[in-house]
Amino acid sequence: MRILSKWSREILLIVVALIFLSPIYIIFINSFKTRQELYENTLAFPEVFGFQFYTEAMEKMNFFSAFLNSMFVTVVSVVFIVILSSMTAWMLVRSGSRISTIIFMTLIATMLIPFQTLMMPLMQLVTGITGNLGIPLYNTLSGLVFMNIGFHAALSVFLYHGFIKSIPISLEEAATIDGASKFGVFWRIIFPILTPITATVMILNVILIWNDFLLPSLTLVDKELRTIPLSVFYFFGEFTIEWNLAMAGLTLTIIPVVIFYIIAQKYIIKGIGEGAIK
Amino acid sequence: MDVANRKNIGWYLLFTLPLLIIFTIIVIIPFIIGIYYAFFEWDGINANPKVFVGMENFLTLFSDERFLKSTWLTVLFTVLSVISVNVVGLAFALLVTSKLKLANLARTMFFMPYLIGGLILGYIWQFVFLDVFTFVGEAVGLESIFFNWLLNENFALFALVFVFTWQMAGYVMIVYIAGIQGIPGELIEASKVDGASKWQRLMRITFPLLMPAFTISLFLTLSYGFKIYDVNLSLTGGGPANATELFAMNIYNEIFGYGNYGYGQAKAILFFVIIAAITLTQVYLTKKREVDM
Repeated sequence: MRILSKWSREILLIVVALIFLSPIYIIFINSFKTRQELYENTLAFPEVFGFQFYTEAMEKMNFFSAFLNSMFVTVVSVVFIVILSSMTAWMLVRSGSRISTIIFMTLIATMLIPFQTLMMPLMQLVTGITGNLGIPLYNTLSGLVFMNIGFHAALSVFLYHGFIKSIPISLEEAATIDGASKFGVFWRIIFPILTPITATVMILNVILIWNDFLLPSLTLVDKELRTIPLSVFYFFGEFTIEWNLAMAGLTLTIIPVVIFYIIAQKYIIKGIGEGAIK
Repeated sequence: MDVANRKNIGWYLLFTLPLLIIFTIIVIIPFIIGIYYAFFEWDGINANPKVFVGMENFLTLFSDERFLKSTWLTVLFTVLSVISVNVVGLAFALLVTSKLKLANLARTMFFMPYLIGGLILGYIWQFVFLDVFTFVGEAVGLESIFFNWLLNENFALFALVFVFTWQMAGYVMIVYIAGIQGIPGELIEASKVDGASKWQRLMRITFPLLMPAFTISLFLTLSYGFKIYDVNLSLTGGGPANATELFAMNIYNEIFGYGNYGYGQAKAILFFVIIAAITLTQVYLTKKREVDM
């Protein structure tokens, strides 16, 4: 009796999970169907797996270029965010001065500002800088990276700050007596200890930056600079009626996310938990 | 100032300045000039003059019907979403912490939508509502429930709540799981010995001790809900007939659609004030009610 009820609970759980993810399944199977099949039965399995929509979607979305752009922006932004915010957080914690407290509090307070409050003046500033000073912030991938660093600085410093506070200072003092510079102390002793929180910071920023739509849509104008969310958006604007094609396109964009999830699943769930709780 | 001290300041600047300069350019300066813009009337074209109008932009807000409607819709959306995301997320958390063998797999699956990102989720569900809902409706004969919600002015908002719940439930679940795992096992054991029923245990022990997790989840869903944009854009685009044009989208359209830069920015400042007010109040209130362990 007990065993049976345990089994039925297992089955119930997995059925709930499967129903929950059924929209993804529906998108996936329909991306292989012919238009005829699609209208006959949306839920049925395709008779033959046809990849014709994939080749077409890849071409129309300019998928490889979008993928590379997204990769570039995400990786470079995250590397800079990790380096700059860990260094900043360490100094803010260790100096313990009043100015550090003020800087830290300012960073935290800005986390309440929604993007919509900043978007228009930011675009004015950025186009102004690009036009008048000739620094290419507007309509370039590196400009987008620069903005990403600014927008994700607060959360990242905050996470590092909390972690660094729990590291005993005696470790650093020993190294300082041995004559190591601040730079050496940080990179040789502190940064390796930060690995768990660095993983969290990386995961959170990868998710936010990879999926970001509004900021790239405002700053990237040229077609060949489009990231994945941008190319999906324009793709839908142009080809809404052709659902087979649209679904092949959607599946394409989900694949990198699923691969990332499978590889880093443990860290993602841990990172999200920590990021949310702190 | 001695040499050692000056050296320390040098290090301090070297470590903090690069990030702080970028942060100031991207966040602080736009925030300040954003407040300035809110007092002007301007169409966004540099050649045209910015006309100082004082508080007028803020006063106009209260008689702008499209804006008031959008505010009301956003409040309604947020309230419904906070409830539904937290109920579903908590249910998922209780399910996957029940020591079942497939719990880990289920947890992985529940969390999946959050990773995909709002824009793409909206497009996925556009198809589900368009095709699957009508298909199921015809097949089962429940056409009053299963029809394309996105074309109905009243149901389109529920569709948004639905999709937002689908996106966020797994996220909130992670927070609740951490909370549930933090409850000491002895406490549960002791209550079993005392003969508490499952329901009593849930109501008297689990829920009160989950208050910190509840604070966090409420905070997250409130601010995410209020700020929703991506799903809104891809699922309904604000339609049908502005029935789902929520706050963030209203601001975007006011500025970049209608070209009312000053007035739109006034809305954006108000948006910030509201977000700051709700989140701060909410954190303050729930922190007060938390049970000390």
